[in-house]
Amino acid sequence: MATLARLQARSTFLVHQYYFRNSAVDVFRKKEYDAAVKIQSWFRGCQIRAYLRYLHRVATVIQKCWRGYLGRQHYQLIVKLEFCTMKMNLYNAMAVRIQKRWRGYRIRKYCFNYFYLKEYLKAVSETNDAIREALEEFAEMKEREEKKADLEREEKKRDYQARKMHYLLSTKQIPGIYNSPFRKDPDPWELRLQKAKPLISQRPKVKQKRDVNISNQLACTSARSLPQSEILPPIDRKQCQGPFRDITEVLEQRYKPLEPTLWMAEPINELKMAREELRKQEWMRNINDNMFLPFSSYHKNKKYIPLMHSSSKYGPNSYGSQHFRDENPKKWICDKDFQTVLPSFDLFSKYGKLYSKAGQII
Amino acid sequence: MSLLRPLLLDVVPTIQQTAALALGRLANYNGDLAEAVVKGDILPQLVYSLAEQNRFYKKAAAFVLRAVGKHSPQLAQAIVDCGALDTLVICLEDFDPGVKEAAAWALGYIARHNAELSQAVVDAGAVPLLVLCIQEPEIALKRIAASALSDISKHSPELAQTVVDVGAIAHLAQMILNPDSKLKRQVLSALSQIAKHSVDLAEMVVEAEIFPVVLTCLKDKDDYVKKNASTLIREIAKHTPELSQLIVNTGGVAAVTDCIGSCKGNIRLPGIMMLGYVAAHSENLAMAVIVSKAVPQLSVCLSEEPEDHIKAAAAWALGQIGRHTPEHARAVAVTNTLPVLLSLYMSTESSEDLQTKSKKAIKSILQKCTYLPALEPFLYDAPPNILKHVVGQFSKVLPYDSKARRLFVTSGGLKKVQEIKAGPGSLLQEYINSINSCYPEEIVRYYSPGYSDALLQRVDSYQPLAN
Repeated sequence: MATLARLQARSTFLVHQYYFRNSAVDVFRKKEYDAAVKIQSWFRGCQIRAYLRYLHRVATVIQKCWRGYLGRQHYQLIVKLEFCTMKMNLYNAMAVRIQKRWRGYRIRKYCFNYFYLKEYLKAVSETNDAIREALEEFAEMKEREEKKADLEREEKKRDYQARKMHYLLSTKQIPGIYNSPFRKDPDPWELRLQKAKPLISQRPKVKQKRDVNISNQLACTSARSLPQSEILPPIDRKQCQGPFRDITEVLEQRYKPLEPTLWMAEPINELKMAREELRKQEWMRNINDNMFLPFSSYHKNKKYIPLMHSSSKYGPNSYGSQHFRDENPKKWICDKDFQTVLPSFDLFSKYGKLYSKAGQII
Repeated sequence: MSLLRPLLLDVVPTIQQTAALALGRLANYNGDLAEAVVKGDILPQLVYSLAEQNRFYKKAAAFVLRAVGKHSPQLAQAIVDCGALDTLVICLEDFDPGVKEAAAWALGYIARHNAELSQAVVDAGAVPLLVLCIQEPEIALKRIAASALSDISKHSPELAQTVVDVGAIAHLAQMILNPDSKLKRQVLSALSQIAKHSVDLAEMVVEAEIFPVVLTCLKDKDDYVKKNASTLIREIAKHTPELSQLIVNTGGVAAVTDCIGSCKGNIRLPGIMMLGYVAAHSENLAMAVIVSKAVPQLSVCLSEEPEDHIKAAAAWALGQIGRHTPEHARAVAVTNTLPVLLSLYMSTESSEDLQTKSKKAIKSILQKCTYLPALEPFLYDAPPNILKHVVGQFSKVLPYDSKARRLFVTSGGLKKVQEIKAGPGSLLQEYINSINSCYPEEIVRYYSPGYSDALLQRVDSYQPLAN
């Protein structure tokens, strides 16, 4: 109740106060309202701006990321291109180096080889010198031969003259023209005349015709036994007195040519000659002279070189090939030689001598 | 002629032979007499009896045919017309070498004149028999047969091919080694007539392995052997570079050079031409020719030979050697041949041919010559068309060589160049300008003509500053 009383006491004050405050405040209400509005609008504006800023920031971030992504892609493309270009440039540069060397090499070696040219010219001048020498030698030789021929001709001529003038030789009593007593030595012609053989006038030589007939092969080679030239008997000859036969018959009988038997007509070594003949014909026909060896002997073409141990001064030592026993009788167990008890068997006799390897154990 | 004709028909064989011999000697002496023999209708009688009589008559009759046929183509045609070729070919098969020789000689003289007559001889079947004759042992027969083959093959490639087809080359090549010089002459001439027509024939001759044996013939005592040997080598060398290369490789150039040195006059001419042909093919071959010391020999030929055609050949050969590169031109210029060539070109006594050849040689050598000491004399006495080239060469060399520039000034060349009058804008003026640009201006002005007068004028017009 107290409070109620208190409150009722304050109520008029409250009403006045309430009315006062409301009316007083009215003046300020608009101002405050405007201010509040301003503040609120400002605050809202700040809020919105902050929000916008936030949005901007976020958008920026998104755009930044996106642009970064795009840029990086682009960058990678560029880098790739750059890299390719760089590689190609490197390859080109290296190719240029190779081509440079190769072209230089090719021109110097194949198209115009300077050193080869120099070598060639040197070889040409050397050949020229050699040819010049050879030709000079040839010319000299020709000259020498000519001179020799000339000298010989002169000699022959003088010789012939000396032979013709042989009668001018000096005798003991009479000195010849070339041996005048007033000279110290005789003239060289004198000596020549002394050496020369006197010249006889020559009859034309009759060439003996020798017909090759069986008479050449007979033992009696005397020219008188068989007539060689065709000298006919004189035409009219008086018949000799007596029981003589006709001269022509006699001469026919005397000079009858030999008629050897068939046994004698053939030469004694006809078999050998026939063999030779056959061999010659074979030799003429054959292309290859070597004997046909079996294939197994194909590799056996090396000459055997004996050991120094087994050859003595006079040839190969017989020990090691002829006999394998040491020739020291003191060391022998018994004085009898080895006997062949079992015969050697045939298995290996044809080893390596067949023409093919068919049927053999590999 | 009317008296001799019935004697040909006389009973006694000796009279026939002597009458034929007389006719032969008459016809041999003079062409008109030979015509008279032909007109006197003696040839058919001779030809008819050639077939039957003994060898002395055959020799005499063949002698008459030879004597008539040697004077002119018409007379030879007359012989062919009366059918003598067949009988002559039959005589070629005779046993007696004298008859063969006379028949071969007559055929050779007939074939010498022109290609139709040669063709007629070939058609009569003479060539295989001539080749058989070459293989006979008698030297005179070989000579005549070789000369007949040479006369047949000289006219055309087909005739030469006919001779080659019978296998003549092998036999001719073997006979090069024979010591008889007249035989060698004929054999070498035959081979060169065969080789001259085409590359294939020349190659066939070379395949017969004549090199290097032919080079020994170049040292023979007989001049005509040398001439024919160098003719053969020339005919082979002129076809292709490969054949020339072959000759160079076997030392042929040196042999030919020595041969040129050892003889005089017309004998040298084929050798000189051979050097020119070899050098003309390529620069390596020209260098090989230079290396074989041919250039001094050629310049000796050029200066001492009296005849113009030999000089012309030497000038041409030098031109072929020197025209390839500066090295070659230098080798030619060093031997001091250029002034000789110039004097030959300028002299009025030289023939046209010599003048043209020496001009061409000078031009071609000058265009490559960089050897300045040899070019300098040209500045003084060369005619304008050659001077242009000389100055051009100077303008090419001087910009790059300082020693040469100094030498040029001290020897008076620069002065001479200034004195040359050239039309403005002509090539000569351009060369002079480029030479002048190698030197500082004062030197150029110093050497320009009339400089001393200009200086004196300046002295006259100079007013000393008033003291």
